[in-house]
Amino acid sequence: MISRFIDYVAGYLKSGVTPGEAGNALWALIYIVLIFTGVSIAVIAMNWLERKILAHMQVRLGPMRVGPHGLLQPIADALKLLIKEDIVPDRADKLVFWLAPVAIVITSFLVFVVIPFGPQHAVTDMNIGLLFMLGISSMSVFGIIMAGWASGSSYPLMGALRSSAQMVSYEIAMGLAVVSAVLMTSLGSSASGTLSMIGIVQSQQEQGVWFIFKFFPFGLVAFFIFAVAMVAETNRAPFDLAEAESELVAGFHTEYSGFRWSLFFLAEYAAMIAVSSIAVTLWLGGWMRPFASFHGPEVRIPLFWNHAGTAADPSGAIDLAFAIFPAALFFLLGAIAALGTLRMPKHRIFRVQTIGLGLFALTLGGIGLLLLAPPVRDRIQDIFWFCFKVSAFMYLYIWYRGTFPRYRFDQLMKLGWKFMIPTAIGVLVGTAAWGLTAVYFHG
Amino acid sequence: MEITILHYLVVAAALFSIGVVGVLTRRNVVIVLMSIELILNAVNLNLVAFSRLYGLHGQVFAIFVMTDAAAEAAVGLGILIAFFRNKETVNADEIDLLKF
Amino acid sequence: MNPVATPFFFYLLAAIAILSALGVVAARNPVHSALSLVFTLLSIAGFYLMLYAPFVAGVQIILYIGGIMVLFLFVIMLVNIERAEQEHRFNSQRHVAVIAALVVAAMFIYSYTHANSMAIFPQRGHLVFHPEQAAAMETNNTQAIGSMLYGQYMLPFEIASLLLLVAIVGAVVMSKKRI
Repeated sequence: MISRFIDYVAGYLKSGVTPGEAGNALWALIYIVLIFTGVSIAVIAMNWLERKILAHMQVRLGPMRVGPHGLLQPIADALKLLIKEDIVPDRADKLVFWLAPVAIVITSFLVFVVIPFGPQHAVTDMNIGLLFMLGISSMSVFGIIMAGWASGSSYPLMGALRSSAQMVSYEIAMGLAVVSAVLMTSLGSSASGTLSMIGIVQSQQEQGVWFIFKFFPFGLVAFFIFAVAMVAETNRAPFDLAEAESELVAGFHTEYSGFRWSLFFLAEYAAMIAVSSIAVTLWLGGWMRPFASFHGPEVRIPLFWNHAGTAADPSGAIDLAFAIFPAALFFLLGAIAALGTLRMPKHRIFRVQTIGLGLFALTLGGIGLLLLAPPVRDRIQDIFWFCFKVSAFMYLYIWYRGTFPRYRFDQLMKLGWKFMIPTAIGVLVGTAAWGLTAVYFHG
Repeated sequence: MEITILHYLVVAAALFSIGVVGVLTRRNVVIVLMSIELILNAVNLNLVAFSRLYGLHGQVFAIFVMTDAAAEAAVGLGILIAFFRNKETVNADEIDLLKF
Repeated sequence: MNPVATPFFFYLLAAIAILSALGVVAARNPVHSALSLVFTLLSIAGFYLMLYAPFVAGVQIILYIGGIMVLFLFVIMLVNIERAEQEHRFNSQRHVAVIAALVVAAMFIYSYTHANSMAIFPQRGHLVFHPEQAAAMETNNTQAIGSMLYGQYMLPFEIASLLLLVAIVGAVVMSKKRI
């Protein structure tokens, strides 16, 4: 029974297609549950990290009370939000007020259906994957407008109008930047390009270059435009004037409290992860490791590193170095946590926290050890690199928030319409011209 | 029962008729414009349903219809805003002056 | 990829589409109308997916829902709605209008029930979709539409872009404070 189960799982993992393509509803469900849990955990972790990093940027300590170094703070926050009273304003439109957070959560999580965490690790691979993502993320404007309007109050309405105007204007620049990346997919061996997310990464694999470096500087500029537009799309600092607390209290979700407010919070961070994944897929090579086309001299270590040495299953020294990177990263994190344990104050009341932090360090080290084991190591590579790149973007979001001052509304519109969109059109035309010249001279 | 093209045509016809009712009966011009969108969507549904049988031309035409709908909505709503600024109303039966 | 439970999804989407279309026409509050129109548009996008037209479905979502409907909601919020709720929803010609629409509907019903005898469709066999066409239609749908737009339909495509330019200019002129 158990061996048959293992055989089934292993057989599926070897098949190399996404559950959607295989028409396998069970695996699709498993993937959906895994992604939903993973994103929710990432949002919780992001909450703690954001408060900690912002605090350290401002030479504060940040949350320190709940758990060692405030590690359990997000859980305490979540509990507090869940047991808070759920207030519906008297002048609110009840139905729309209820529908808005639901709509916004659905739209931000639906995007994850097509995000490829690896060559086969996506819920499904659609022929119009990129179009689907852009469409669904453009629908999150509705949640904001509905929330702002249904609250029946002036501040939320102003915030909703501001943020939807901002999202609609930056969507254009975003779309144009995306088109220039899609154009690059058509320059591979297959004459026609693709909109499928997996196809885009495979095209970068085949052309041997991340699209950020292709046609320098066009790829880089397109990526830059997308990277700015995606911050504006998610209403984050420095473009967070929809929820500018000095002017509009909290923007469109001023009247929301308790569980519904936490749904907005969840949706905001999920949307940040989603747009970062689009950027990673389009320009940063998706699940590919850095320098994926370099393999280095052949290395064979019995029982640990003995691959076939072909292009599909390489066995070089550089491959080995990147293969043990995930484990090394977790060992480093574990070492930092262990250092923190040693530096905890030696006092009776800190004993529980010290033990907790020590256990946390041990857990991180254990994960590192697990990632060293050959079967796990080889299967986790693509997922790890994807998540690593996305977390770099998450750090950038926090960094922006810590450093940039907020834009004024007219400055924001000016930047969007008078700089981003013309530059994006220029990049699109330049990419097309360069691509045509390349095809003309080489193919 | 298998779904044939007739099913799609019936749905499109229903949407079209509802849209006609909306255009002819509502007073609010915004809702009249929305009913026009409903009619255009019914047409699009027909086009795409037929393209399932006769090749992609219907889908291409549906995209043109969508472009048209976008242009129509932009200009129509622009007129509406200009009108609202002058007369403080959006009701179709109060728009009855030839010269303002 | 074969669709599952096609008749079930068809009837579900049809019910959503028609009920929310009725909501568009009947709702007292314009914002409720706009939101139910969003549901109609979404279910029509679902129909497009069922008809193996994924590109049109994507364009429907981006253009109609992400663009046009946001514009509508914006305008509804700019013009005041408190007054609109107290007024009559329907104008004075409503009875005649409903009769006219019923006549249109009756015409549709007549022509669809007599589809064979009126030579709308060449023969009965054409009414049924061929499942063997589906896979080929779906896999290169976007590419095929792209090459048709830039090949066979080049001139209409350019005219459409001109139309959009005119619409932009028109909208800007209309919404200027002082013409």
